[in-house]
Amino acid sequence: MINVKNALEARKNNNYSDVLVELLYQLADDDFILAFRGSEWLGLAPHIEEDVAFSSITQNMMGHAYMYYQLLEQLGEGSVDELAHGRMGPQRKNAVLLEKANGTGTYLKSPKFDWAYTVVRHYFYDLNKKIKLDSLSNSSYEPLRQAAVNIRKEQFYHLVHWETWFKQLIEAGGEAKTRMIAAVENVWTDFYDVLSLGPQGEEMANFQLIDKEKAMKGKFIAMLEELFQKLQLPSLPNLVETRLNGRKGEHTDELEKALATLTEVYKQAPASTW
Amino acid sequence: MVENDSLKEKVWLALQSVTDPEIPAVSVIDLGMVERVSVEGRTAKIEVLPTFVGCPALELIRKEIRKAVEGINGIDHAEVFFIYEPPWTSNRITETGRKRLKQFGIAPPPTVEGETNEWSVDCPYCGSTLTTMENVFGPTACRSIFYCKHCKNPFEAMKPVGYFKETID
Repeated sequence: MINVKNALEARKNNNYSDVLVELLYQLADDDFILAFRGSEWLGLAPHIEEDVAFSSITQNMMGHAYMYYQLLEQLGEGSVDELAHGRMGPQRKNAVLLEKANGTGTYLKSPKFDWAYTVVRHYFYDLNKKIKLDSLSNSSYEPLRQAAVNIRKEQFYHLVHWETWFKQLIEAGGEAKTRMIAAVENVWTDFYDVLSLGPQGEEMANFQLIDKEKAMKGKFIAMLEELFQKLQLPSLPNLVETRLNGRKGEHTDELEKALATLTEVYKQAPASTW
Repeated sequence: MVENDSLKEKVWLALQSVTDPEIPAVSVIDLGMVERVSVEGRTAKIEVLPTFVGCPALELIRKEIRKAVEGINGIDHAEVFFIYEPPWTSNRITETGRKRLKQFGIAPPPTVEGETNEWSVDCPYCGSTLTTMENVFGPTACRSIFYCKHCKNPFEAMKPVGYFKETID
């Protein structure tokens, strides 16, 4: 068993720290951009209780991203604020699905956001996040291990939340079910890189930072299959590799637009603290 | 340098006056947030477990702790470290903490083993068990919203947060 106590120790081995940094960027950027998309729903959720719940979940998720960026800061990658706000699209390692807009329109102008899409995207993402966190609770990098244990305590409630929405909307039948099935197809088409650990995935597993990509993917697919059977949904087609891979820094211009919005204030006063 | 035990006592005492700005009735000690205190020379080191990872009150809590501890005669400098091992769980809230939460109108969290969504609390106002959960997510990350069918009051409860120990060994 490899055990690396802290950033100082990690930096003694360049190969290890390079791979670790890569993994942390994926984890941080995933939570960060989806938390941003979640925050765009504030005031627009289907009912007031959901508004309270969703903003709380979003705040937690932003906290999770913050924690991963903190680990990157300790590894000499720059300050948390710079990492969150200062990096351009091609430097971002989040999966493409997570950066996609919530629907047409913008937060300020005719936001025709798609709730079904949001429920499916968050639910599938959180199902996989749980698998990753379980694995990360045994990571060879001690600070990451501790972060995962703490994040998982909160993520549990998020997963239950999205699972409830997912099941209820499917079981409601009618238009709800039709729209949910369309959303599932939509999300699934873009899901490839969510389950990917990128070009350095194998080394991540070799350094015991996280489980093998293939093992986690298998777990995820098995969980979905069981769920789909229970809900009597048609089974999902095989996952196809997408044209863009976020783990390689390839993104849509929807990410560029999101970054332009979320960094607007930061760019005006980069020295201020948040 | 030798640790100064009487100063250490004073630090713990000072921490009794530091509260979470969102729950001003309960000290950080009674919330189970303070893990370790040490004093070397005139510098105090306080290790604190955040309740929720993204809690926006953390920096404020850090400031409040420094202010309280640096006000002690014999301490010039206080350093606050947020640590994540052991993880904070709601089982760490002390008996006093639970009593104060209730007095403040927040039902203390039920004791949990691991992760569960099946939990209920009694009404902090009338003590009735006839309560329903309105929303597991409340106005802050650590709170949920309930309704008491007996005294017809809405109220908040502190969310139970646990973890499975075996996975971190």
